[in-house]
Amino acid sequence: MLVNLTSIESLFYLAGLVAFIASLKVVTGHNTVHALLYLVVSLLAVAVCFYLMGAPFAAGLEVIVYAGAILVLFVFAVLMFGLGKDETTNAPKHTGLANMLGAMLLAFALLVEIVVIINNADMQQKLQASVISPKDVGIMLYGPYLLAVEIASFLLLSGLLAGYHYAKPDVTGRPL
Amino acid sequence: MMADTLWKLFEITTIIALLIPIAAMLVWVERRMIGIWQDRCGPNRVGPFGVLQSLADLLKILGKEDWIPPFSDCLVFVLAPVIGAMCVLMSFAVVPFSPSIGVSDLNIGLLFFLAMASLAVYSVVLAGWASNSKYALLGGMRAAAQTVSYEVFMGLSVMGVVLLTGSFNLREIVLAQTDGWLIQSQFVGFFIFLVAGIAESHRLPFDLPEAETELTAGFHTEYSGLKFALFFLGEYLSVTLISAMSVVLFFGGWLMPEPLASLLPPLLWFIIKVMFFVMFFILLRTSLPRPRFDQLLKFGWVVMLPLALLNLLVTAVLRLTGVI
Repeated sequence: MLVNLTSIESLFYLAGLVAFIASLKVVTGHNTVHALLYLVVSLLAVAVCFYLMGAPFAAGLEVIVYAGAILVLFVFAVLMFGLGKDETTNAPKHTGLANMLGAMLLAFALLVEIVVIINNADMQQKLQASVISPKDVGIMLYGPYLLAVEIASFLLLSGLLAGYHYAKPDVTGRPL
Repeated sequence: MMADTLWKLFEITTIIALLIPIAAMLVWVERRMIGIWQDRCGPNRVGPFGVLQSLADLLKILGKEDWIPPFSDCLVFVLAPVIGAMCVLMSFAVVPFSPSIGVSDLNIGLLFFLAMASLAVYSVVLAGWASNSKYALLGGMRAAAQTVSYEVFMGLSVMGVVLLTGSFNLREIVLAQTDGWLIQSQFVGFFIFLVAGIAESHRLPFDLPEAETELTAGFHTEYSGLKFALFFLGEYLSVTLISAMSVVLFFGGWLMPEPLASLLPPLLWFIIKVMFFVMFFILLRTSLPRPRFDQLLKFGWVVMLPLALLNLLVTAVLRLTGVI
């Protein structure tokens, strides 16, 4: 089966592999900034996957919003608080197998789910699906999904208000 | 199929082979122009009018010791300047230079440009962090804050263009301006884009990440030799890129009104327009003082962001009512 892969499919799997390895390096590394860099690589690889699956708009936004803005803020926080080194000395000591069990179960469930999806859906058909243009995305967002968009914008507004409240100086003039 | 691929590769190689010397020449052009505007000579010793100054600088910089400070994070330290130059060069892939020249007609070309612009900030931030020095760190932090804030309305300012042309494809955006350049209706958008572009390429007056009077040299304090040259190259390339994008989005790309259009080939018109904006960038550098960092951020969020939103709103209303 692996021999018959077309070039687009092999690109897709290559990007997937990159995303997988980079994500592994994110959680196994000891250096915060290196972990963040791997996360950027992982997001870029996911963007390539989106692009190959015919969603260029989602791919573009993935890079602009996640890799280009949110993770820059992460890096900014790391620079600001000087978190370059691993802070495991402050972490709770009990990191035995029992603590990891819950997370492992959740991850295993996800893995089973992914395997089932991949086995049931014809991957080739998925990859050659029609390209979704930015216009289609806009029409969907402001048509059937209008309620979800409005709810998300309300959530963002409340976040903005909370941020404003916390950044406001209190009566003595000091920031909170 | 094979010939197509080879032709594309040839095109890419030619564009890169022209862009990098152009960026290097800009260093000389800038110093020379600033000299003339400030009523002095500028570099005029190497070759006729000093044209070979950049070559002399290049030879000098190649001869310097390529030093990696022992206290730095070696891998990230080396990676940072490469990321910067690479992201800017990648952006040129979607710029339509003329009716037939242009690497890729990506259907999300404008988003690709914004994505690369937002990734370029890693170069400065990581350089600041990896240098492990306080000046570089402060420069990196300033760069992160500045770029993230100015990116927001850089994206918003070009949405007016997308509204009017109905496309993210840069070639289609140029072709939609056949009847009239978008600057006619989008002059506010252009102004915001230009200010954000100056901040993104951290040129004076927004060069606070490397403000030499406060931070020695900011994020590239610890860099020398070829790596420093890469930062320099990235800066001049991004000046060229922002100029080229202004021309593509607001000034009709290679298009010109008819009596002028048949005088010169489209590519030449494009280059002339881009050079005009590059000169404008240089003129800004000579004439404006540098603001304080808090003034810069406040200007961004309090003035530019509402202005960008208002521009988008007015454009949308006028578009819906059929005025433009």
